[in-house]
Formats: sequence, C-alpha cells, structure tokens
Amino acid sequence: MTLHAPSPSALLGDLAVALATGTIEVVDLTHTLDQDFPVIVLPPEFGQCGRFRMEEISAYDHRGPAWKWHNFTCCEHTGTHFDAPSHWISGRDIPNGNVDEIPVERFIGPVCVIDCSEGATADEDFELTPAIIEEWEAEHGRIPEGTWVLMRTDWSKRRGADYLNMRGDGAHSPGPTPDAMKLLVHERGIRGFGTETVGTDAGQGSHYTPPYPAHFFLHGAGRYGLQCLNNLDRLPATGAMLIATPLKIKKGTGSPLRVVALVPREGAV
Amino acid sequence: MTTPIVPPPKKDPQKRTRVPTRPSELRSRAALGLAAAAAEGRFMLQVCTECGAVQYPPRDACAACLSVDLPWKDVSPNGRMIAETAVRTSTNVYFRERTPWRIGTVRLDAGPSVMCHVHGDVERGGAVRIINRLDKSGQGVFFALPSEGTPAMEDDPQLREMTCDPKFRRVLITDGRNENAVALAKAFSDAQASIIFVGEAESWRAYPHRDTLAAIPNVEILPLDVTDTQSVTELAGEIGGKTDILVNNARFVRPGGIMDRGDTVFARDEMEVNFLGLMRLAQAFGPAMRGRGADGQNSAAAWVNLLSVYAYSNMPAFGAFSASNAAAHSLSQCLRAEMRAGGVRVMNVYTGPTDDAWHQPLPPPKVAPTALARAIIAGLEDGLEDVFVGDVAKDLIEKWRAGAKVLEREMTEAAGD
Amino acid sequence: MTRSSSRRLGYDGIVLAAPVTVPYQRFSKETAHWWIARALRETLTTAGIAPRELDGFSVSSFTLFPDTAVGLTQHLGLTPRWLDHIPMGGASGVAAVRRAARAVQAGDADVVACVSGDTNHVDSFRRMLSSFSRFAQDASYPYGSGGPNACFALLTDHYMNAYGAMREDFGRICVAQRDNALKNPHAIMKSPLTLEQYMGARMISDPIALFDCVMPVSGAEAFLVMREEDARATGIPYAHIRSTIERHNAFPEDAIQMRGGWVMDIDELYAMAGAQPDDIDLLQTYDDYPVISMMQIEDLGFCKKGEGPEFVRAHDLTIAGDFPHNVSGGQLSAGQAGAAGGFIGLVEAIRQVTGTAGPTQVKDARTAMVSGFGMINFDRGVCSGAAIISGDAA
Repeated sequence: MTLHAPSPSALLGDLAVALATGTIEVVDLTHTLDQDFPVIVLPPEFGQCGRFRMEEISAYDHRGPAWKWHNFTCCEHTGTHFDAPSHWISGRDIPNGNVDEIPVERFIGPVCVIDCSEGATADEDFELTPAIIEEWEAEHGRIPEGTWVLMRTDWSKRRGADYLNMRGDGAHSPGPTPDAMKLLVHERGIRGFGTETVGTDAGQGSHYTPPYPAHFFLHGAGRYGLQCLNNLDRLPATGAMLIATPLKIKKGTGSPLRVVALVPREGAV
Repeated sequence: MTTPIVPPPKKDPQKRTRVPTRPSELRSRAALGLAAAAAEGRFMLQVCTECGAVQYPPRDACAACLSVDLPWKDVSPNGRMIAETAVRTSTNVYFRERTPWRIGTVRLDAGPSVMCHVHGDVERGGAVRIINRLDKSGQGVFFALPSEGTPAMEDDPQLREMTCDPKFRRVLITDGRNENAVALAKAFSDAQASIIFVGEAESWRAYPHRDTLAAIPNVEILPLDVTDTQSVTELAGEIGGKTDILVNNARFVRPGGIMDRGDTVFARDEMEVNFLGLMRLAQAFGPAMRGRGADGQNSAAAWVNLLSVYAYSNMPAFGAFSASNAAAHSLSQCLRAEMRAGGVRVMNVYTGPTDDAWHQPLPPPKVAPTALARAIIAGLEDGLEDVFVGDVAKDLIEKWRAGAKVLEREMTEAAGD
Repeated sequence: MTRSSSRRLGYDGIVLAAPVTVPYQRFSKETAHWWIARALRETLTTAGIAPRELDGFSVSSFTLFPDTAVGLTQHLGLTPRWLDHIPMGGASGVAAVRRAARAVQAGDADVVACVSGDTNHVDSFRRMLSSFSRFAQDASYPYGSGGPNACFALLTDHYMNAYGAMREDFGRICVAQRDNALKNPHAIMKSPLTLEQYMGARMISDPIALFDCVMPVSGAEAFLVMREEDARATGIPYAHIRSTIERHNAFPEDAIQMRGGWVMDIDELYAMAGAQPDDIDLLQTYDDYPVISMMQIEDLGFCKKGEGPEFVRAHDLTIAGDFPHNVSGGQLSAGQAGAAGGFIGLVEAIRQVTGTAGPTQVKDARTAMVSGFGMINFDRGVCSGAAIISGDAA
C-alpha cells in the first residue's frame, strides 16, 4: 500500500473521470423490487416478511391528470436488502445498531468476493468453511479489516421455486458455517457479509449452533448483512468498492436498497 | 324431455356481445321476502300467525282475518298446474329476447294459486313442485318443476336462467395453495365445468398438493396473488373475458384477537387477502363478468365468496379474522348490488371452523373441503346467494336471526372459558 | 252481526243522456287531460251546460298521473260541488252511473258529467303494465311480462280445458264484433275479419292469438247523469236506469277465475229491473278478451256455466243477429282507450236505447244490458258490475 495518496479533490476528480470513461465500472448488485420476488418464509404461525406490493395512486387520469405515482409496501427485509445489527437478538444492545443511526461511512468499503459457485452448483447445501476462506486468502491475500465479504454462489441465477429451494425439511441453499463466521467477524474484522441467497445464512442454518450463525455473529459484533445480491459474477475477487446505503428508517432493522460496486477495468480506455 | 345442452361453440368475434337485460325488478317491500327466501333456496310464503291462512301474493295484512302478523314460513311446495301459456310477445326486453316463455298457474296444496315459470318437462295439468329462485334481476320468483325428476332437467333453458350451473362454464378458483383447492377443483371438474383455472400465488415456494391439483381434468394453474394488484390485473386481462364463475377461496386465517396478538401484522394480512383481495378481484374481474351476464349458454353467472360465518358475529378466539370476514361480507353486499345490472349472482358460502391446519386444535364439527365443495356446486346449481355449510354455520345464523345481541354475548362466553 | 235487509231504492227519475265518443287514435301525442276535455266539452255542449255551471264531475283514467279528478277541476275550469274519481278500469262506466245517479237522486248534484279517457303514447302501455298494481308488479309481471295477454291466456287455457271451448268459439265472438265494427265509422279496425283469418293469426300468448287482443288506443267517452225533467226540458234523448249491480273480489277461493262477481248479484239485477234475459235487446259485455265475454254471457244469465261455447255457436252476435252483442265493435274492434274501455259499451248502449246509434243501430232496441269488468290486480279481474237501461219506449 502506497503512502503517496493524491489529494482528496484530485482523487474524486480522477474518480469522476474514471467513471465517465468506464475505467471504473459501476455494477448493479441489486434485484428489481418485484411483487413476485421470493422472500424468506418462516413457519406460518410466525409473522412473515411482507412481500413487495405496489398500488397505483394515479396514472395521468381522473385520479391525477398530469402525474403517475404509486404507494408501495414491503418489509425492511424484502428484495435485495441490508440487515442492521438490531435485526438480530445478538445485536439488540449494539450502539447505533439501527439503520438510521449507522454512520454513513460504514456503508461504503472495499469488497472481497469468495467464489463458491462451483461448490454451490454441486451441492445446494454447500458450506463456506474456514478452510475455504484460508484457501482464498492463500490466493488473494488476507482479508483486510473493514472489508465487505461477499459469498458468490451464482444462486441469483436461480428462478422460481429453485431460489428458496424449499422442501419438506426446509430450505436448501448455501451459507457459512459458525466457524467461518467467527473467523470473518472476530479474526478478520470484516465490515459485513453478503450473499446471493435470501438470507446471509444457509437454508438449513437453523440447525447450526448457534442457529443462523451469520446473523448471530455479524450482528452481535455490530456488523452488517446484505442478501439477495445479484451479479456477483461481475466482481473481481478483490479491488472493487461496494456502496450499500439503506433507507434512513427510524429504528429500522434493515432496508431494501440499491447496492452498487465500483469495479476497475484495467483494460478499458 | 329436456334437450341436454352441449358445449357451446366458440364465440363469433364479429358479433356484439349481448348486453344483459333483466326481468322487472320492481317489488313491494313485502314481496322482497321472496328474494330473501330464494337466496337460500327456500320455498316460503307468509302464514298468518293468528288464523294460519297461507297468503299469496305477499301482502301486509291477512286476507282472512286482517291480522298484520304475517311471518314467512316454509310451506309445502307441491301443487298442480291448472293453466299454462307460452308468452310470445312481451313488453319486457329480457323476455322478448327469450320467447316463447312458458308460464303457468299452479294451485298449491298449501292453498293459494301462484303464477310461475314452468319447466319444459311439466305435463299439462301435471303435478308440480314449486321452487323459489332468484331471477336475473335478483328477485325471488316461483318456478314449477315436474314433481319427479327428469333426465337433464337442469338444462331446461328457462331454469338455467335462474341457476348458475357450472356445466360447460369456465371457472376461476383463486387460490390453489388453499388446502381446499383440490376438493373444489375436483367438484367443478365432476360438474362438467369446461375449464377450471386455478390461481397460484408465490409459485416460488412449493406446496404439497400441487401435482394432485394439476392432474385434475380441465385444470389450468395460472399465477394469481390477490394481494398483488398487478397480478390480479394481469390475470383478468388474460382470462377475465372467459371467467364465467369466480370462486374466491383466497383466505388468510390466524388465531387470535386483539390483545393476545399485540400487533396488527396478521390483521393486515387478513385484510389484504380477505377484504382487499376481494376488492381487487372485483375491480379486475367484475366489469367483464357483469358485461357478460347474457353472453349465451356459458354467460358469466356467479361470483362465489368463501366466508367465515363469524362475519355475522365475532368469534374472539379468531377475533381479527372474524373482523376481516365481516368486512368482506359487507363488501360482498356492495358487489352484489353492483353485479346485479349484469344478472351475475354473488353467492356467499359461510362456514364455521374448516378442517385445516388453522383449526386443528378446535373440536369437531368442522367443515371438510369435500363438504364445502359439494355445497358450492349445489348452491350454484340452485342459484343461491347465501349458503351456510355445516352444523356450526347453520346454528350460528339461526341464532343470529333470533337475536344478534344474545349471540354476541354467547360467543364472548365461549371465549372466556 | 245480523244485517237488516232492505229493498234497494230504484233510480226513478234519473236518466243518462248526451253520450259522446271522441274518435279514437292508435297513438296520440296529447295527454289524458286533452282527451277528457274534448269529451267533456261535447257532452256539455249537447246539453247546453257551461263548464262553470257543471256541479258534478266523475272521472276515470289511468294516464292522468300525477293528477286526479282534483287536478282536472282546476285544469278544466270546473267548480263542481260533487267530485268522483273511479279507478275501476273496465268496471268504471257502471260504477260511475251508480255513484252519480245516487248523487243526483239525493240532490247532492244536479248534473254529473261522467267522463273517461286515456292517451296512448308509444311506450305508455309498457309503463302502465309494469306498475299496474302492487300484486301485478310483485306476482304476475315478473313472469314473462306478457301483461294482460298472458293473464287472460291462462284463464282462457283453463276455461278451454274445463268446458271444452274451442278457439273457433272465441273466434265467433271476435268475427261478429268485427262485422259490427265495420258499421262504426270510428272503429280503429276497418277491414273485415274471417274466422279463417282469426284462426290463422299469430299466437301472442297461447291460446291467445292476435285477434283475441284489443288494440291500445287513445280516446275518450262521456255521458251525463241528470234528472229526467231536466233532460226533457233540454230536449235531448235519454235512457232510464232500471237496475245496477257491483261486486269486487268475488270468489277469492276460486283457484283461477272461471266466473265473475255478477254471479253473486245477477238475480238482483233482473229483479230490480223487473226483467228476464229474454227482455234484453242487446248485450254489451266488457270484451278485453273473448273468454271474458263468454263468461259474462254465462254469468249474466243467458246460459248456464260452461254453455258459453254452445251459446255462441247457436246465436248470431251481429247487429242484425238474434243476439246483438257489442254492437259498436267493442274494444276488440274499436280499440281500448284505457279506462274508456269501461265506458264504450255503456255509451253505445245509451245511443242504442235512445235510437241514436246511427249505422250500428239495432232495430227496435229498447232495453240493453251493459256489463263491466275491471282491473287484473293479480291473476283475475277484481271489479265487476252490470246495468240494465231502457229507452223511453220500453
């Protein structure tokens, strides 16, 4: 890492040029907020995640002649969304643990992408383990502190019932083991963890100890979750910058959001 | 002999869809008692409390003793046809379009003579059984049937005007995920519905009976989520013009009332599905159905709502669910008024606890899906507006009619145990 | 309760005069008020009475709404001291005579002008049927909306089954009346009718066919009820009222109408007049459908119940026949001008017994029986009435 950084204004100026010329590409990691996009399904006696819904208020008609607009409703955890520490019981006492309280600089940071797509294609219950993380680090270097870590599984390419992949014994989708989360959170000090699946945890994550280890360890340590991410196959293993700014919802535990990544394109002009 | 109907030919796209017309709707207030009885398929006449004289036409005072106490009672529907005619010219457009129209005079065993519509299989001077049915204007009218059943008698063209028989009609069942969907679809299939569209919400999550449902003859599963306006609108755009009978079986039910829940999350879901779902469906499918009320043999015929009988009186253990059904019940009355212009019947089917996961801890009796399905088909075949299925629903409505306040207190007592 | 029986007072000294028929039209853009005014003017002019002098006024009409006889007094500039409005349709003529005669007899009025009239707009018949009466609205109109055609089809069907009447029997009544109508310059129907044409006509409501039905038209009829000495002083012809009867909702226990209220009162009708059926020179029945004329022939004592078919086979019902019946053509051939259909037979009978009927005059007609029948309130005619009137020579 060089200490000869340019001045902040030069840096932003260079960034603007890079964005304009495409040498830094903006990649959209977000799914469209769609009424039919799957949400997490809990046992029905529990309250459920609200599906995205949209009602037309007017459409240049008798309800409003020159304008069109909608009311929409959804859960904080609908679609591509952000989990704040207050989302989980382990994070209930974390200071500034709600989306409106999180310092805004926490939303932007470098991102490492661990490609598990091959394993997840072969095994729908594929686990991200410390060994896989260490193997990744052997190739790409140690995960720096304050980094977003995304688990790429290509799960976002699944459609319909294959996405949640619910069966009689629950959902089957890849996710991290408790040890992997302990490693990332406590030893690497990551900023947050993101997945392409409907949650940061595996479909069978309730059977770990503790149950839902990603939620448990991330939020217990004041870190963030991102789920239902898209286009992770368009990110490099390292070197990209992630921007994930949730809505400023008072005492909110999460928020649908537009997640984008800045990706350097070395070959571009 | 009734000529059995055959599947209607495909519609000529160059012909204007026949605009629904209706028989005369004007009635005195007393005569509305016929509509109330026909809503449940009952043959009732006013009977004088004091002298027992059976009255007809409906009136305000006994023609035998001038008592004004004339409650409606079930009376013998049997009689003999003593005169008949075929109306070939009529001052009413509805009948003009359907002449010749057979009517007759029937002397009832119960006393009075009535003028009535007459089934084609009734013989001159023959013994008849009178039924009270809702006509296309939603008024109760008498219809004479042969006292013994005849082959394909339900296909009599005049009778079919008074019923919503699923035979050769196209049905939409709104919620395939509902545990009752297989029984409903099967019943419509058995009743010779030509297509049974089944709406399916959230196709991204599986449910156990999907394969069974899909295997029923004439079933087509299509995406529909009654909580999603766009989904409802899209499906109406696709099949709204060929939905002859719509069965709204989408239902969100959770136990609990007010304080034991502590939030309004389930209540919102209950309103979203049970109340707003009905409204969304009605806004999307209602206009086309109302416009097709006279569209030939497979005209739009009926809108069926499956409701909880606790719409009438709150069951505190399912207090918020009851409330959402009360809202739906009220909205269905509005829908009925709005659909009337097209002669499309709105039939509400009320049940007590149904035999499903949400009522699993409740003691019997509970309404099984097959019983519900049977009641729906029978109700459509009789052209009813109100059907009470099972002992609990029948008991409750009787008590409600006897005294709604007493029933309310009784329901509260049960919850306080 | 026991009732004291009393002999009815006769109508001595009370007469009918100045019969008026305003020629009918199929459709009219005018109102009932217009038609009634024309009839009233003519009858008053005949007797030389100024409208403001008229002290008794009786009206029958279906199409005055929202007015009644009350509104007409102001509309027509009348100041009567006796006013009546008779809602009895086909029985209104006989009813008007009965009421007016007693008023004049008692001195409550000197002259009562009895007027009936209705207009017929293009859609007014349908409008009237749908709300004709509460029972019709509730219990007959919803069944095919065939109106009176369907109701009388049922009565006719039943009558034919019960007594073996054939359509030809009803045809004889209709054909004879058309024959009579051809002599009436004001009749709506002007072409001859044969039995073959009658039988071949299209069905309207089986067994009622086209020529069993009256034609709704616009028109008005009127006459005066006054003291004999006043009529004589004016020098206008007049007829005596020999007897009258009236009955409503007779035989409610009958499953379907096979007889009218006349049956209850027919003996009194003849006794009060001191007459027998043989004394009647012409019969004017209410003929909205021939089956009802046939029932009247029976119920008014010209033959027994069920013998009507045989009676019409055995008699000639034309003006020159052995049983002159509905000699102006009746409603079946002259048209039905609403409530004026309850007057048409009576007004013609006044002309007949006063020898002023002109081309339809029955030779030596002295005594006429006029019968009224009205208001298919539900499944049958509720009102019935009859009168025997005679000219001076009787």
